[in-house]
Amino acid sequence: MNENYAVPAVALVVVATVFVGAFGLRISRTTSDFYVASRTVGPRLNATAISGEYLSAASFLGIAGLVLVQGPDMLWYPVGYTAGYLLLLLFVAAPLRRSGAYTLPDFAEARLASQAVRRLAGAFVVGVGWLYLLPQLQGAGLTLAVLTDAPDWAGGVIVAVVVVATVAAGGMRSITFVQAFQYWLKLTAMLVPALFLALAWQGDGAPRHAFDEPATFREQRVVRVADGLDLKLRAPLTVTVTGTVDGRPHTDQVLHLPAGTHHIDRGTRLTFAKGAAVPQADRGTNGGMSTSLAEGREERPLYATYGLILATFLGTMGLPHVVVRFYTSPHGVAARRTTVAVLGLIGAFYLLPPVYGALGRLYAPELALTSDADAAVLLLPDRMIGGLGGDLLGALVAGGAFAAFLSTASGLTMAVAGVLTQDVLPSRGVRHFRLGTVIAMAVPLAASAIVGGLPVADAVGLAFAVSASSFCPLLVLGIWWRRLTPPGAAAGMLVGGGSALLAVAATMASFPGTGALHALLAWPALWSVPLGFLTMILVSLATPGRVPAGTAAILARFHLPEELSGAHAGHGGHGLGGPARTEVTRT
Amino acid sequence: MSGFLAGLCVAVLPLLAAGFWLGRRAARPERLGGLGTPVEHATFETLHTASLAAPPLRAGLTEETAGRSARRLRTLLGTDALCLTDQKSVLVWDGVGEHHRAEIMERLAGPLETGRGEAFRLSCDAPDCPLRWAVVAPLTVDDRVHGALVACAPRESAVLVRAAGEVARWVSVQLELADLDQSRTRLIEAEIKALRAQISPHFIFNSLAVIASFVRTDPERARELLLEFADFTRYSFRRHGDFTTLAEELHAIDHYLALVRARFGDRLSVTLQIAPEVLPVALPFLCLQPLVENAVKHGLEGKGAAAGGSHISITAQDAGAEALVVIEDDGVGMDPVLLRRILAGEVSPSGGIGLSNVDDRLRQVYGDDHGLVIETALGAGMKITARLPKYQPGVHSAGRLFEN
Repeated sequence: MNENYAVPAVALVVVATVFVGAFGLRISRTTSDFYVASRTVGPRLNATAISGEYLSAASFLGIAGLVLVQGPDMLWYPVGYTAGYLLLLLFVAAPLRRSGAYTLPDFAEARLASQAVRRLAGAFVVGVGWLYLLPQLQGAGLTLAVLTDAPDWAGGVIVAVVVVATVAAGGMRSITFVQAFQYWLKLTAMLVPALFLALAWQGDGAPRHAFDEPATFREQRVVRVADGLDLKLRAPLTVTVTGTVDGRPHTDQVLHLPAGTHHIDRGTRLTFAKGAAVPQADRGTNGGMSTSLAEGREERPLYATYGLILATFLGTMGLPHVVVRFYTSPHGVAARRTTVAVLGLIGAFYLLPPVYGALGRLYAPELALTSDADAAVLLLPDRMIGGLGGDLLGALVAGGAFAAFLSTASGLTMAVAGVLTQDVLPSRGVRHFRLGTVIAMAVPLAASAIVGGLPVADAVGLAFAVSASSFCPLLVLGIWWRRLTPPGAAAGMLVGGGSALLAVAATMASFPGTGALHALLAWPALWSVPLGFLTMILVSLATPGRVPAGTAAILARFHLPEELSGAHAGHGGHGLGGPARTEVTRT
Repeated sequence: MSGFLAGLCVAVLPLLAAGFWLGRRAARPERLGGLGTPVEHATFETLHTASLAAPPLRAGLTEETAGRSARRLRTLLGTDALCLTDQKSVLVWDGVGEHHRAEIMERLAGPLETGRGEAFRLSCDAPDCPLRWAVVAPLTVDDRVHGALVACAPRESAVLVRAAGEVARWVSVQLELADLDQSRTRLIEAEIKALRAQISPHFIFNSLAVIASFVRTDPERARELLLEFADFTRYSFRRHGDFTTLAEELHAIDHYLALVRARFGDRLSVTLQIAPEVLPVALPFLCLQPLVENAVKHGLEGKGAAAGGSHISITAQDAGAEALVVIEDDGVGMDPVLLRRILAGEVSPSGGIGLSNVDDRLRQVYGDDHGLVIETALGAGMKITARLPKYQPGVHSAGRLFEN
C-alpha cells in the first residue's frame, strides 16, 4: 500500500468534512427568499444523511472481514443492519416523530412523564453510544496502521481529536449536508473500486470457488505472523518456515506439519505454496474477544445466527444517533418516507461489502491467519490490480473508510454529549456541551487502548444487543401499549438492557471460555430482549395505578396524522382513514 | 488479559453510576437525626406531616387531591376516621366506618349552608364500629364554603373540635392558594389572547392603504398583497393550540414582511439564514413575529430614513438539543437601562406588548434560563437571541399552554 496517495486522501476527507460541516449552511441558505430558506429537509436528503451517519466502520470494513474469515454465514450482518429499518418503519418512525421527542430520553419523558425513566434512558444512551464508538476508533487505528506504519492507537486518536474539535466548536451546524455528503463519498469509495475489482476478477478467468472449504492460496504467498497464534490443521501441511514453530527455530526450512494444533511464535514467516489450503487460526490463547465470539458461533451456529438477527433487527431503533435525525422530518408521514428511502440507500450499499469479502477469500486468504481481516477492503485494490491504479483505488477506499469513522463517530459523540450535558452535568450551557463532548470521546478512546483485536462488526453487534434489549421494549410498548407505567419501563430497561450489558462485559472479559453459557453471553439478544419485554409488561401490569394521567391523549397524538390530532387530540378513534388509525379512548 | 481489563471496566461503570446515584440520594438529608427535646421532635413531626399534605391540595379540591392528602391530615388529627367532602358528596374517606358516608352527607347540609362548624352524635347499628361522634369543620375560601372536613371519634372531645377547626383553616389557606394559581394561569392566557388580537391598528391601516395604492396601478400586485394580508391575519387569529412550528412562524413573518416591503420598498432589506434541521422545532405561537416587527420599527427609525436603507437579518441555527434564533437590525437601538426596566415590567413600552411579553412567555414555557438575550446601545442597532429547546415536555405544535 502506497502511503503517498492514501495519506492525502484521508486528509482530504477530513478537511472536506470540516468544511461542509461549517460552511454548508452559509452557502446554501443565505438568501432573502423565504420560500427557499424555510424549506424543510426532504425525505430523500434526510434519508441520505441518516444512511451516511449509520454506515460505520462495521459496515465499511467489518462485514468484508467477517465474510473473508467465516464465509457466507456472515451475510446475516448486512441483512440485519438493513432490516432493522424495516421494523423501525413499521412500528416506530411516524409515532416517534409525532411525539416531538428529539432524543430517546425525551421520548421516555414525553410518554411516561417521569424524570427517573428519563435519566435511566439517558444512561443507556451513553452506554450504547460508548459501545458503538469503541469499534469506530479501533477501525480507524487499524486503517491507519495498514496504510502507514503508524502505531495502532494513532488512527483512533486522530478521529477522536477531529470529531471533538469540530463538534465542540459548533462546526457540525449543517449536519444534514455533512452526513449526506459522507454517504455519497462512502458509496463512491466502495462502488468504484468494486467495479475495477470485478473487472480484474473477470480478467482472471472469473474463478468461482470463493466459498469452497477450505480456502486455498492461488499463488505462492508469504505470511508474517505479527502475534503468536495456534494453527489448527485438519490435514497435513507443507510450508516453508523462517522463525519458530512448536518451540523449534527454523531458517528457510521446508516443514511437513501433521494434522493437529501447532504453535507459531510471533515474527515467524510462513511461505505457503500455490494451492495449499489456508489453515485455521485458533486465537484462543492470546485473549481478546475476536476468538470468543467466533468460538461461540462455531459451537452453536444456529443460536448465534438467531441472536445476531434479533439484535440487529430490533437494535436499530434504539441507536441514539439515528433517532435524532428523524426529528428533522417535518411530520410523521415524512418520517416514514425517509425510512423507506433509507432502506433503499443502505440496501444498495450493503451489496458491496460481501463482494470484497468474497474476493478477499480468493485473493488474500492469508488475512484470516493474522488478526487484521478487517483490512481486506483496504488491501484488495493493491493486491488485485497493483501499480498506480491500485494505489489510487486504495487511496479512495481509505478516504471512504475515514468518512465512515468520522460521520458515525461525530453523530454518536453529539448524541452522547447531548445527554451528558442535559441530564448528567450540573447546568446547561455551551461550555458544558464542550465538556460533555470531551467526556463522550475520552471514555471510548481510553477503552480502545485497553481492548485489543476485536472484529469491528462483532463489537457493533454487542452495542446492537444492548440497544435491542433496552430501547426496543421501551419504544414498541411505549408506542403501542397504553398500560405501560414508569416503574414497568424502568424495570424492563434495567433488567433487559442491564443483563445484556453484563453479558457484553463478561464476553469482553472472556469470562467462561466455552460451553452453552458462553454462547448465551456472547449473543445475549435472544434471551435479553424477551426478558426486557416480559419485565416491562409484568411490572406495568403489577402497577396499574401508575399509568400516567394523559396517556390516552399522548397516544392519540402519536398515532393520528398531525392535521387531525391538532384539532381532536384526546378524542381518538375517528372514523377517518389514514395509516395510523388506532382506537384510543379516555380512561 | 487486556480483554479482561476491558470487561472489568464495562462491568464496573454501571456499578459506579449506581453508587453515585445512591450516594446522592443518601446524601440528601431525609430525616434530621438527634432533634433536641421530645417537644421539639413532636413539633417537627407535625410540621413535616403538614408540609407533606400541602402539595396535593395546591391543585384544588378534587377526589384525587383529597385522596392524596387525607391520610396525612388524619395523622395530624390522630382520629379514627377522617373525610373530606365538597358541596355535594364525600370525596374521600380515610380510616374505619365507611358506612357512615351517607349519614354524614345528610347531616352536612346545615354546616355547608351556614359555614359554621358543629359536632354531632352518629347513630350506628354496627356493634364493632368505634365511631360515635363526628366533628364538622367547613372549608371556606373568600367566605364561600367549598366543602367540609369531618373528623370522627369514639367520644366527644373539645380538643378535637378545636384541632379540626385549625386543620380546616390550614386546608382552606391551601385552597385559597390554589385559587390564586388558577387566576394567575387565567391572566397569562388572557395576555396571550390580547397579544393575538394585538396586531397593531396602524399596521392594518397602513397595509390597507398600501394595497389601495396598488389597486389601480398594479392590480395583480394588489391581489397578492391582499392574500398575504389574509394569510397573516388568519395565522394571528387562529384558535387552536398555543404552540406552532418554527416553519409556520417564519411563514407568518414572510407575509408580514411582504406587506412591510410593499410600503417601504428598497429602504428595507432582509437576509435569512435558516438551518433546515430546526424548522420542525415547536415554539410558543407568535413569539418571533413581534421581535421582527420590533426590528423593522427600529431599523426604519434609524438611518434607514436618511441613508441607503436598513438591514435586518434573521438566523436560525442548529445547536445540539436547542435551536438558536437571532434577529438583528442596524437601526436606532435602545438605551440598555430603559430596556432592562421594560423587561422587568417597571415601565410600559410605548408601542405594544412586544418584547416583554415574548420574554415572559419564553421564561414561562422553557424556564428562567431561556429568556431573551438582547444586545443593544443607542445608535448601535439591536441583536435579539432566543434559545429554543428542541424538546420540552408539553410543548408540541398542537398543544395547549395549560393542559389542566
